[in-house]
Amino acid sequence: MLEISDLSARVAGKEILTGVNLKVNAGEVHAIMGPNGSGKSTLAQVLAGREDYEVTRGSVTFEGRDLLSMRAEERARAGLFLGFQYPVEIPGVNNVYLLKAALNAKRKAAGEPEVDAYEFLALIRQKMKFMQMSEAFLSRGVNEGFSGGEKKRNEVLQMLVLEPKLAILDETDSGLDIDALKVVSTGVNSLRGPQRAVVLVTHYQRLLDYVIPDQVHVLSGGRIVKSGDKTLAQELERRGYDWVMESRVA
Amino acid sequence: MSTKSQEVEALVGQKYRHGFVTDIESDSLPPGLDEGVVAAISKKKDEPKFLLDWRLKAFRHWRTMKEPNWAHVHYKPIDYQDISYYSAPRAPANAPKSLDEVDPKLLATYAKLGIPLHERARLAGVAVDAVFDSVSVATTFKEKLGKAGVIFCSFSDAVRNHPDLIERYLGMVVPPTDNFFAALNSAVFSDGSFVYVPAGVRCPMELSTYFRINAAKTGQFERTLIIAAEGASVSYLEGCTAPMRDENQLHAAVVELVALDDSQIKYSTVQNWYPGDENGLGGIYNFVTKRGECRGRNSKISWTQVETGSAITWKYPSCVLKGENSIGEFYSVAVANNYQQADTGTKMIHIGRNTKSTIVSKGISAGHAQNTYRGLVKILPSAAGARNFTQCDSLLMGPQCAAHTFPYMEVKNPTATVEHEASTSKIGEDQLFYCLQRGISAEDAVNMIVSGFCKVVFKELPMEFAVEAQNLLSVSLEGAVG
Ligand SMILES: Nc1ncnc2c1ncn2[C@@H]1O[C@H](COP(=O)(O)OP(=O)(O)OP(=O)(O)O)[C@@H](O)[C@H]1O
Ligand SMILES: [Mg+2]
Repeated sequence: MLEISDLSARVAGKEILTGVNLKVNAGEVHAIMGPNGSGKSTLAQVLAGREDYEVTRGSVTFEGRDLLSMRAEERARAGLFLGFQYPVEIPGVNNVYLLKAALNAKRKAAGEPEVDAYEFLALIRQKMKFMQMSEAFLSRGVNEGFSGGEKKRNEVLQMLVLEPKLAILDETDSGLDIDALKVVSTGVNSLRGPQRAVVLVTHYQRLLDYVIPDQVHVLSGGRIVKSGDKTLAQELERRGYDWVMESRVA
Repeated sequence: MSTKSQEVEALVGQKYRHGFVTDIESDSLPPGLDEGVVAAISKKKDEPKFLLDWRLKAFRHWRTMKEPNWAHVHYKPIDYQDISYYSAPRAPANAPKSLDEVDPKLLATYAKLGIPLHERARLAGVAVDAVFDSVSVATTFKEKLGKAGVIFCSFSDAVRNHPDLIERYLGMVVPPTDNFFAALNSAVFSDGSFVYVPAGVRCPMELSTYFRINAAKTGQFERTLIIAAEGASVSYLEGCTAPMRDENQLHAAVVELVALDDSQIKYSTVQNWYPGDENGLGGIYNFVTKRGECRGRNSKISWTQVETGSAITWKYPSCVLKGENSIGEFYSVAVANNYQQADTGTKMIHIGRNTKSTIVSKGISAGHAQNTYRGLVKILPSAAGARNFTQCDSLLMGPQCAAHTFPYMEVKNPTATVEHEASTSKIGEDQLFYCLQRGISAEDAVNMIVSGFCKVVFKELPMEFAVEAQNLLSVSLEGAVG
């Protein structure tokens, strides 16, 4: 589904990704861990097509297409979703309005008709119930005045409505209380399927207790320095990151 | 009669004859401005003497005045002798014969605004059949309004049919000597609108100048006068949303609102005069004086404006809050793109006790535009317990535009409360990327973010206008980002 090879990128003249290699197959869940500032969010944003990041080397294919040549909105319509680490507030723009516009943009690209307003409302009500969000969020501005945890829940809600092929969730588990973590995990698990893939950027094993990954990677200094199965995350939780770097140097 | 005024009469008569020679042929006066021209306009409209005297007084005062230069706008000096002060609608011979002859770019804009086809033709100046001229529509309005006792007519009709009201109220709020452009307007105004809502009457419909678009086309110096008597209320919509295609054309209108005890006037504007092209060529110079006076206690005047057009906008709808407990409101969205310059804001003058004012201004700048908010909140010693809340937000799109905010405050009564909030933000790269990542196109994303920014003002507009305003906004900002 996603194949990243030797990807390097810089921002503001600074080299942040220094040769990332990663292959994610349909049906898989991958976790990316790594110290603060190692480039996890940068990788996520480069994949999503943020223009401030300049790709200096390497290639990325998404379902066989050259991802890097596609504009951000084209990537989204092709089924790539990014759950932001810091979801932005857009004052005055209705939360549901944005989501409807997003869904319709995707449907239009796929040659499908626009979603019927009643159908859409029914759909979103159902998903909100699943995410245990109050209907008050229907009428509020996009993330406007949402608490940290509410913003993350809203990201997962959007993901569930848009049903992406590839979801990249950047620390969607950070800042969640224990109940919310369960809700979010259930949400992510409900999206798992043979045709889809999920990349979780996280600092914590606890998410991975609920959403069990097929592979775990450590990103450090802008590249993946170690990969393993779910036990790698458990080991990182116990031992921290130092031993990974040391064993690499050795 | 003094010799002085005899001279004037003589001069007037002479100029008048001269003026009308050309007039008969082309139904317009030659460029130039003197007392003869002022008199010729008055004569042409068959005005009573008090109005001619009033115009001449204004003209004589105007001659002693200097054009203001304090606004944050720049333009080549206007040659007031090079302007024609009376001109009838364009001769059909020059007008395009069908839509095929009209600039397709203009038509595309109309289409985007959702203006019906026959309306588009009319706006573009196509010589169309009079059926489209909404005469019947106007008549049904007139009947309904007449039953309620509401007078709603052109200014010229009001001068003819209600000279007493004109004599009593004209210049009450904006005296002919008020400022350079108001004085000029007072001397040469061609037509405009008049509204009188009698005591205790709620005007049964929104009044709008939309269907009188043809009049607006010729009227560079319109005059509007709205009077709400005791306990009356009225909502008035102004605005032809037609972009005008003329070269730098001067538009100096005056609007006066008078609110008596317990009355309410809501005045909404969607202004979309031609702003000039992408390079700053052409466009309207919009120098407008708008002022409302809450004369009576518990009266309320509310200005809502969405300004997207004009090359230069110089406009400060104001409220003079004389009556006890009276309320003034100003809600504004001003958009400036390309090389547009907007200097707009409001003045709230608190005179009566417990008067209250609210100012919400949203400025959007894109391209090379300059967008200035200029506001004055003045609380006189008599205005015990007065309150004002001001909020000014600016949104910048791109690196070359600028926003300026000049909030002036003069508080002369210690019991008054004045609050001010201001913000300037760039259209968030983060916000834009968030929308793009959800599959929304850059254009739609910008529209969405900007509409969100303006929402509190749009909420104040009557329903059908809000939709139009929103469409207008997206047309004005087309290509501003991405
Ligand atoms: N716009 C920018 N200008 C300058 N430096 C930047 C910019 N964006 C990111 N960086 C730097 O790039 C590095 C990687 O940042 P990134 O956000 O990808 O880290 P991360 O792995 O997601 O960290 P965290 O775990 O804290 O979220 C950091 O040192 C950061 O300061
Ligand atoms: Mg991060």
